[in-house]
Amino acid sequence: MSPSDRYPERPQRVYFFGTCLIDLLYPEAGLAGMQLIRREGVEVLYPRDQTCCGQPAWNSGYRDEARSVAMRQIGCFPQPYPIVVPSGSCAGMMRHQYPRLFQGSPEQETALAFAARIFELTEFLVHVLKIDLQDLGAPVEVALHVSCAARRELQVADEHRVLLQQLEGVTLLEQQRAEECCGFGGTFAVKHPEISAAMVEEKCNAVVATGATRLVSGDCGCLMNINGHAQHRNEALQGQHIASFLWERTNAAER
Amino acid sequence: MQQSVEFRGRSREALGNEQIRSNFRQAMDGLMSKRKASFPDQDELRRLRLRAAEIRANALLKLPELLERLEQRCHENGIQVHWAESTAEANAIVLGIMQRHDARLLIKGKSMVSEEMELNHYLEAHGIECLESDLGEYILQLAGEPPSHIVAPAIHKSRQQIAQLFRQKFPDIPYSEDVDTLTRSARTILRRKFNQAPVGLSGVNFAVAETGTICLVENEGNGRMCTTVPPVHIAVTGIEKVVEHLADIPPLLSLLPRSATGQHITTYFNMISSPRKPGERDGPQEVHLVLLDNGRSRIYQDQELIQTLRCIRCGACMNHCPVYARIGGHAYGTTIPGPIGSILEPQKAGLDRLGDLPTASTLCGACAEVCPVKIPIPDLLNRLRFERVRSDGDNLTPGQGSQRHGWEPTVWRAWSWLHAHPLVYRLGTRIASRLRWLQPRRLGNWSRVRSTPRVASRTLHELAAKNGFNDE
Ligand code: SF4
Repeated sequence: MSPSDRYPERPQRVYFFGTCLIDLLYPEAGLAGMQLIRREGVEVLYPRDQTCCGQPAWNSGYRDEARSVAMRQIGCFPQPYPIVVPSGSCAGMMRHQYPRLFQGSPEQETALAFAARIFELTEFLVHVLKIDLQDLGAPVEVALHVSCAARRELQVADEHRVLLQQLEGVTLLEQQRAEECCGFGGTFAVKHPEISAAMVEEKCNAVVATGATRLVSGDCGCLMNINGHAQHRNEALQGQHIASFLWERTNAAER
Repeated sequence: MQQSVEFRGRSREALGNEQIRSNFRQAMDGLMSKRKASFPDQDELRRLRLRAAEIRANALLKLPELLERLEQRCHENGIQVHWAESTAEANAIVLGIMQRHDARLLIKGKSMVSEEMELNHYLEAHGIECLESDLGEYILQLAGEPPSHIVAPAIHKSRQQIAQLFRQKFPDIPYSEDVDTLTRSARTILRRKFNQAPVGLSGVNFAVAETGTICLVENEGNGRMCTTVPPVHIAVTGIEKVVEHLADIPPLLSLLPRSATGQHITTYFNMISSPRKPGERDGPQEVHLVLLDNGRSRIYQDQELIQTLRCIRCGACMNHCPVYARIGGHAYGTTIPGPIGSILEPQKAGLDRLGDLPTASTLCGACAEVCPVKIPIPDLLNRLRFERVRSDGDNLTPGQGSQRHGWEPTVWRAWSWLHAHPLVYRLGTRIASRLRWLQPRRLGNWSRVRSTPRVASRTLHELAAKNGFNDE
């Protein structure tokens, strides 16, 4: 599918699905995402009844439990506006896994229509809003981690890069094995802590080796993992959601 | 097939073994870059994968019919076909053939199905010597270890470790760490045996129903030796390896070696369609084809899980798996390790025995991205995670629901209830943010290597409302 088939014209209004991780742990990232869209002249609605996309239960095999949560989310977004999600992982769940979750159920059609309205934040900024960022920040060197869901399930790795490349003062430093998973994997990190630890250790090594002091990612799960490990090791590296990073560098009031 | 429920213990052990970790990391890095270099044209790759997936899916759709046709054609060609429902039956068939020929030595080409059967053990218990002739398999036979990779079985061993092994087993041969010298030594030893062995055994890469042809892909020439020098050739295969047409082979063959090792073609490609015919001067007098089910026809019955059987055993999924690269093949404790093993083996041996394997993945999708026949491995892992804890079952996948125990089901029910009640959820997250100073400093295993994430002082729900992002 070419981008023009997949992406709608610039809408007047969008919904924002903040994700549970951002809601509780990284709210500034969700807020920044909404502010970026609003600054482009698009109204952003944040339905209050949203909670979680249901992915944790779905990936643990608890399908009934995932379905009842997912059903509630679908109900939160009744109008046909696009739904923007600041996470590749949650966007992937709602776009690609909801159709599987509801396959053969009476809600199948509803779930399919809902899934088609889901957009990950970076793809929405690049392809729908065609955003043009003006960098106001001081020169900085950053490393980028694209989550596996963003890279493979949604194929929006390039969109992450495009946004960072719009920022004049930002130098993107390339790491070794950038495509490799950081080892988070949701419940994987809990079920197989040693394997997960070995993975995040190597990921962190690769990022630190670039010399970057900033790590940007579109997924808070990966950030929690990589950044958490970096902090544990007392590395100078600081992780930040790409929305927060973009907002911070382009918003005059923040300077 | 050594199997055990102790995946966690073994993976922990492997993680602690620096040598294993560096052997795998280096080998996998090499295989990944070779594969990448062999597919410079992404469009071609996309087309080929689509075609290959279609060929395999079509073959599986018509599996019963194609197997009958294969048997018919083989029969016409003079190949004797044997059906085995279980590995025990398959072993007995091979033993029967050996005994009929009074054979005491079996020379083997590489065959993962013979590993699945644990054929060597079985035959040795009946006084028959088995000799592996694939270099990697030969090394493992000397070391008394199972393969750790389906294409490169001894990949967990470094050159130095292999040299040590040779010194220990063959003190007369001068010590060398040079790969060519080591290979030459092994070849000299094996050559003698090829001439003595009355029966040769091989695996099968593809079995063509249309023509009754057994296809064998290999690099060392030992496969050709095993299938032509001894007077009797036995090929063992799983029933899923059948394809419909001879014309299906080129697309599959164009993907298999590139996906596996980055080679455009292998050194040898054997197509075996009959025993030696009158007037021919070489080839075996007898060719047998053993078709093993061992759970495959059960997998075949599930519309989604049937995709597992598309596999052409290229190994690309394990080469690209970040979990496999860390723990290696032995940790899985199954004949086939890595991502494909984690979906295939529990379906055969049961989720009660191998219930951990579907959880041993971050679902990163690196496997599905490279699989030449487009098996959606993460989707199937997800499906098996469901099967292992589902409370109602269709009794198709063995061990269904066997991992549903302890607190887990209750925790997920509570989790689901909380997230399906927005008011309670909002109240709960709000309280959590207000009482965040009460938050535990450590979160079990998570905090062993990571700082603990801090609950924010305001939830996004609150920040959104405060900044004018509202409902309708
Ligand atoms: S699952 Fe796919 S990638 Fe893995 S061995 Fe089979 S064919 Fe190759």
